[in-house]
Amino acid sequence: MDLSHTPEDEEFRARLRAWLATALPVLPPPPDPADWPARRARDLGWQRALYDAGYGELHWDASPTTRLIFLEETEAAGAPYVGANFVGLLHAGPTIAAEGTDGQRRRWLPPILRGEEVWCQGFSEPGAGSDLASLRTRARRDGDHYVVDGSKIWTSHAEVADWCELLVRTDPDAPRHRGISWLAMPMDAPGVTVRPLRTLAGSAEFAEVFLDGVRIPVANRVGAENDGWRVTMVTLSFERGTAFVGEVVACRRVLRELAAAARRDGRWDDAVLRRRLGRLNAEFLALWRLTQWNVSEAAAGGGVPGVGGSVFKLRYSHARQDLYDAAADVLGPGALDLDSPWVLDRLSSLSYTIAAGTSQIQRTIVAERMLGLPRGR
Amino acid sequence: MRFQLTEDQTALRRATRDLLERRFGERERRAAAGGGSLDRALWRTLGDAGFFALCLPERDGGVGLGFPEAVLVFEEAGRALLTGPLIATLRAAGEVPGAASGETVVAAADGWTVEWLAAADVARPDTADAVAVRSVDPLTPLHRVARAARVDPVAVLLTAAEQLGTAVRVCELAVQHARTREQFGRPIGAFQAVQHLCAGLLVRAETARAAVYAAAVTGARTDIAAARLLADEAAVDGARDCLQVHGGMGFTWESEVHLHLKRAWVRAGRGGGGAAAEEALAAALTA
Ligand SMILES: Cc1cc2nc3c(=O)[nH]c(=O)nc-3n(C[C@H](O)[C@H](O)[C@H](O)COP(=O)(O)OP(=O)(O)OC[C@H]3O[C@@H](n4cnc5c(N)ncnc54)[C@H](O)[C@@H]3O)c2cc1C
Repeated sequence: MDLSHTPEDEEFRARLRAWLATALPVLPPPPDPADWPARRARDLGWQRALYDAGYGELHWDASPTTRLIFLEETEAAGAPYVGANFVGLLHAGPTIAAEGTDGQRRRWLPPILRGEEVWCQGFSEPGAGSDLASLRTRARRDGDHYVVDGSKIWTSHAEVADWCELLVRTDPDAPRHRGISWLAMPMDAPGVTVRPLRTLAGSAEFAEVFLDGVRIPVANRVGAENDGWRVTMVTLSFERGTAFVGEVVACRRVLRELAAAARRDGRWDDAVLRRRLGRLNAEFLALWRLTQWNVSEAAAGGGVPGVGGSVFKLRYSHARQDLYDAAADVLGPGALDLDSPWVLDRLSSLSYTIAAGTSQIQRTIVAERMLGLPRGR
Repeated sequence: MRFQLTEDQTALRRATRDLLERRFGERERRAAAGGGSLDRALWRTLGDAGFFALCLPERDGGVGLGFPEAVLVFEEAGRALLTGPLIATLRAAGEVPGAASGETVVAAADGWTVEWLAAADVARPDTADAVAVRSVDPLTPLHRVARAARVDPVAVLLTAAEQLGTAVRVCELAVQHARTREQFGRPIGAFQAVQHLCAGLLVRAETARAAVYAAAVTGARTDIAAARLLADEAAVDGARDCLQVHGGMGFTWESEVHLHLKRAWVRAGRGGGGAAAEEALAAALTA
């Protein structure tokens, strides 16, 4: 059991920290959350800055421990969140890196790393949420193209995306898990219609995507035809395994801000509130240790995070909701004012137990795949 | 950073588990639950195995290992429901003659209670005013003291390790039962309500494990406080859910489950309970 880093990793940390100290102060202020083109520009600009400084590739080429330090330091310094680059950097990118051909890696990875192209994730459908394998969007072969018809829903960042990692049914007669393929779809292809959906936080973070005779080159398929489910499992293990690392660091910062706010306005004398924040400190410290445990295991086991990600995802998504409920407690009546700090975060925290696999689905995964309980149904 | 166990650490854990399975199995546990007397021969065996001298430097006749190793050993002790004032005796090694070897049994006031006072040869600190209570845990005789004793952070860490052992064990017991007990023509583990209880057991145990092991590595006050809170929760809530999964069987004296819950309660009360840890962690937020 060792939590210390190698001298090389510590040197990397020092270099990164020094660079962040120069790069962050010159960053323009964050744009209006409703202004999507401005948000896209900022998120891509930040990725470009990372790339130019030599930190662009960390999401899939570095060792898990170096990546951990990268996420730890950028969050601690208050650097912008991955934002619109989420799917490209943490999801589609790692999948293409792991499963794509050389040509596909050359085509799609550099623009993600250089902050030039935004990706979105077209998995869920109106009839296929938790039961993703029941998806019905159909792709028919026509020469060297697929012709795709169907619709996707809850597609985050679809409005500003250049590419979509799209799950389609290529063989409707095969057993459900064996007839699915993973395609890279250009969002400007004829027949793609995006209709933004307003979330309970008021902004349009996700959208419906209608696909009407969209032609996608067969060469855009990652993995073999009808092998998309396995490819998807690789993607989901990334999403659940490592995508939230930086957020734990961010939550620990929020917790200190809450304590400072409570001290300023006298709420700190309330032992119930104080101890609630103390317990949350334990919770997020433990989640940080669990992150280190999972990363260390991934480093020992070859890089792809295991089902242990489900344990983390379950615990973390509930902890995040508890954190912002505690923020509401600190705010008192201010919790009902959308202009108070943390109120929008409290609203968006509600999605954490739903997106990327609901808590119920995660518990079933833990029970059946980690504990080996008999399958239900 | 290699947070996982080294080969030596894995071997130490294995050896501890083997020793406890041989010397403190179900038969010994049942005998202990009947009486409340300490098995001195077992205590000497533990002493010979280096249990109490684990953290004592080699130049003082100890094993010279660190907190990570101690935590692994105490996790096994917790898992096995091993009885006696283990932590008090380990902490007395090097100070009280015979403690390290298992010849002298040492009890200590910890918060508002003293465990195993009547069976001990030495009690620290002064426990003159201690009053015997009818202990809720049949495997842990208890006294109460009038003034709360000072809390020893190492004792808190080792208690958290014992709680982790309980959390892991009750998860195993629940899963075993859920796989084998059948109702409505199938194992109850195929029912989602039962599956999700079991998943909760694992999530709490694994989160506590990361916190406890990290606290052993850093020895930092905040890590120890966090480990304590997470491990208490994993043990107490875990034992309760395990009981639920066992149905009527879980409510019997016969079953092992209640012993885990009661012991988890006793440990959660050490050091005066979790309030101090919560306060310390709150204070750390504004430091
Ligand atoms: C903010 C946000 C962003 C998202 N972004 C994307 C994106 O970019 N791309 C994308 O493809 N998808 C995205 N999603 C979709 C997300 O993955 C789905 O919402 C999720 O998988 C749940 O599917 P559903 O909404 O259809 O709910 P349902 O599957 O209908 O579930 C409804 C309820 O039933 C429960 N339930 C369902 N099946 C079971 C079962 N077998 N056992 C027990 N309980 C069950 C669920 O836990 C839930 O409580 C996003 C969702 C949100 C909230």
